[in-house]
Amino acid sequence: MEAYFDNSATTRVCAEAAEIVLRTMTEEYGNPSAMHSKGVEAEQYVRKAAEILAGILKVQPKEILFTSGGTESDNLALIGGALANQRAGRHIITTAVEHPAVTGPAAFLEEQGFEVTYLPVDRQGVVRLDALRDALREDTILVSVMMVNNETGSRMPVEEIAETVHRKNPKILFHVDAIQAFGKYRIFPSRMGIDLLSVSSHKFHGPKGAGFLYIRNGVKIRPLILGGGQQNGMRSGTDNVPGIAGMAAAAQKVCGNLEENAARLLQLKKRMAEGLLLIPGVRINGMALEEGAPHILSVTVEGVRSEVLLHTLEEKNIYVSAGSACSSHKRRPSAVLTAMGLSKADIESTVRISFSEENTIEEVDYALQVLREVVPVLRRFARR
Amino acid sequence: MQLMYHAFLIKYAEIAIKGKNRYLFEDALVREIRRSLARTGEGFKVEKEQGRIYVYCPEEYDYEETRSALEKVFGIVEFCPVMIYEDQGTERMAEDVLSYMEKTHPGYSGSFKVHTRRAKKSYPVTSMEVNAFLGERILEAFPASHVDVHDPELVLRLEIRERIYVYSLSYKGPGGMPVGTSGKAMVLLSGGIDSPVAGYMIAKRGVTIDAVYFHAPPYTSERAKQKVVDLARIVAQYSGRIRLHVVNFTDIQLYIYEQCPHDELTIIMRRYMMRIAEHFAEECRCLGLVTGESIGQVASQTMQSLAATDEVCTMPVYRPVIGMDKQEIVELARKIGTFDTSILPYEDCCTIFVAKHPVTKPSVKVIRKSETKLEEKIDALMEEAIRTTEVIEVG
Repeated sequence: MEAYFDNSATTRVCAEAAEIVLRTMTEEYGNPSAMHSKGVEAEQYVRKAAEILAGILKVQPKEILFTSGGTESDNLALIGGALANQRAGRHIITTAVEHPAVTGPAAFLEEQGFEVTYLPVDRQGVVRLDALRDALREDTILVSVMMVNNETGSRMPVEEIAETVHRKNPKILFHVDAIQAFGKYRIFPSRMGIDLLSVSSHKFHGPKGAGFLYIRNGVKIRPLILGGGQQNGMRSGTDNVPGIAGMAAAAQKVCGNLEENAARLLQLKKRMAEGLLLIPGVRINGMALEEGAPHILSVTVEGVRSEVLLHTLEEKNIYVSAGSACSSHKRRPSAVLTAMGLSKADIESTVRISFSEENTIEEVDYALQVLREVVPVLRRFARR
Repeated sequence: MQLMYHAFLIKYAEIAIKGKNRYLFEDALVREIRRSLARTGEGFKVEKEQGRIYVYCPEEYDYEETRSALEKVFGIVEFCPVMIYEDQGTERMAEDVLSYMEKTHPGYSGSFKVHTRRAKKSYPVTSMEVNAFLGERILEAFPASHVDVHDPELVLRLEIRERIYVYSLSYKGPGGMPVGTSGKAMVLLSGGIDSPVAGYMIAKRGVTIDAVYFHAPPYTSERAKQKVVDLARIVAQYSGRIRLHVVNFTDIQLYIYEQCPHDELTIIMRRYMMRIAEHFAEECRCLGLVTGESIGQVASQTMQSLAATDEVCTMPVYRPVIGMDKQEIVELARKIGTFDTSILPYEDCCTIFVAKHPVTKPSVKVIRKSETKLEEKIDALMEEAIRTTEVIEVG
């Protein structure tokens, strides 16, 4: 049996998305900017995709800006947002548990003379509203908070944050990194007070290399990719028609059954968590199961290094992540888990299990059975 | 515009080789040059002529890649890109030489001399006359230059054979001896910085190399193994084909871990690695083992520890970087191109079970006694590790 439990790293592309990707690559492959009918044909895919995505978010199609994925969306929101609004101030607020796609641009902005406040989180990985209130200043121009943490599944109270931010100053831009949240929650930016929202296609069974940034009508963003003036000059470069169309098809599918899917994910997660907790020395990090995101489980297995556990499970065709895939290129303890107050030893023994709608109860039970067998064996050989 | 040189003259150290060995050396060098150039493209001809080796280039070839291929052939001390002109009289020769000068040393304004060698003794003009004649023509064409026969900045060399060979540039080769002239050795590759450098250095002395790598899944990952394959591939650019033996060491390691005192783990583990390496070394007809150890770098590399690991080998153990500082090894690793791969952060089998305070002065007697605790299963585990070893050909 194979059990792929690394869906927060990436997911399998769904048949609907794959079909439209193939079609826009091999048949209706025109350049949407071209004047002839081949171009018009391709442009329809882009237009339709914007309508679908806007429909899901209940926003205007013109508020959707297509990008190459989550990292670009986050970069554009932070750097583009800060540069376009720096006359109003040069202070930015984010959290200590953001993805590098946010902390990277934040560090860049610090080099450019902006000031960045990193809000602490509690043991559950949730940002504290009073800390936010204290951090907001007259010259704050941008607040960026992720909706669901990619390592722990902890969910941030984005509506309360939006309210707190905009009560201080309605002009402050509120950016939400929804890369792990889209398709798991109904997100309505205009109702929730979100000005900018980042989404990545391959986290919900769409193709890699596609994503979008929702930009509320009227929000000023300085474009970062300049050239031919596509997408109203906000992001030059030929539209990635297959990626865009595939992303919309996947979004349509996943959001069509969102509540049902989320319930199913939660069921899988709970079954896994309950089984895991029966193994001595195993702990679940982050929020209570019902409160956190339905698809991410952060698990500390005392006395077993995460890499070793990962490779052991791999031999049994079970795929999990040690920390998050994006941070496993570097060998330094997870900033997220550190911010949540985990000890170094616990961080080194923490894996992430992340589910998709395609996983089954049988896969969960299989993984649990394997874990019950291997964890005691691996513990015998812990580094002393 | 880069001149399309017709050939490369290969220079090698002749002092070191005398009598019969000279032919062996030259033949091996020709073979090694052919091997290295085969990766660059087709159509190169490597020929031994009158005590020299020439590489004749095809009409189309990549100059930089060819240079880089020659820079990786042990035995080459220096090589010079050569233009070859038809012998059509001295006037035409002067024109060719001036055109060569313009392209290779445009606007030359330093000191120079012309040095002619007549391989074809029937040539009607003497070398001295050619030197004087061409020197004058160059002075006319490059008025800012001047002749200095004692210590010139530029020596323009002519070889008069059936055709006229002209060259003035030269590049350093890696030196050493052509691989295949000194027997064969088995390198213990770890994935770190030192062992690929050790492999490089032993190959530089003409030694053909094979390698052995110990991996310990699930404690080490597929990527760690891929890293070692990549390192072997880089070293193979110099040494030629390497047979990389990938030994699954997990069970042996765990058994040692369970049975032996933890401060002795590393040293006992290394003794078993040496035993397995020696097995494959014998199988591959190697004359020695090679490691990347340097005295005092870590606990397992004290003189006592090295003595304790050597004790299990009957073959000599060569340690080419034994006297080098880390920084020197790093510099060499950068030069040969292994450094960036070596520092990729995948754990190797040497680091996963390291005790907090390993013994630094192990006594062979004590270690031997600890190893008796392994008697029950170790032979079977060794056999199994050897039986399941995967051999990957690289280079």
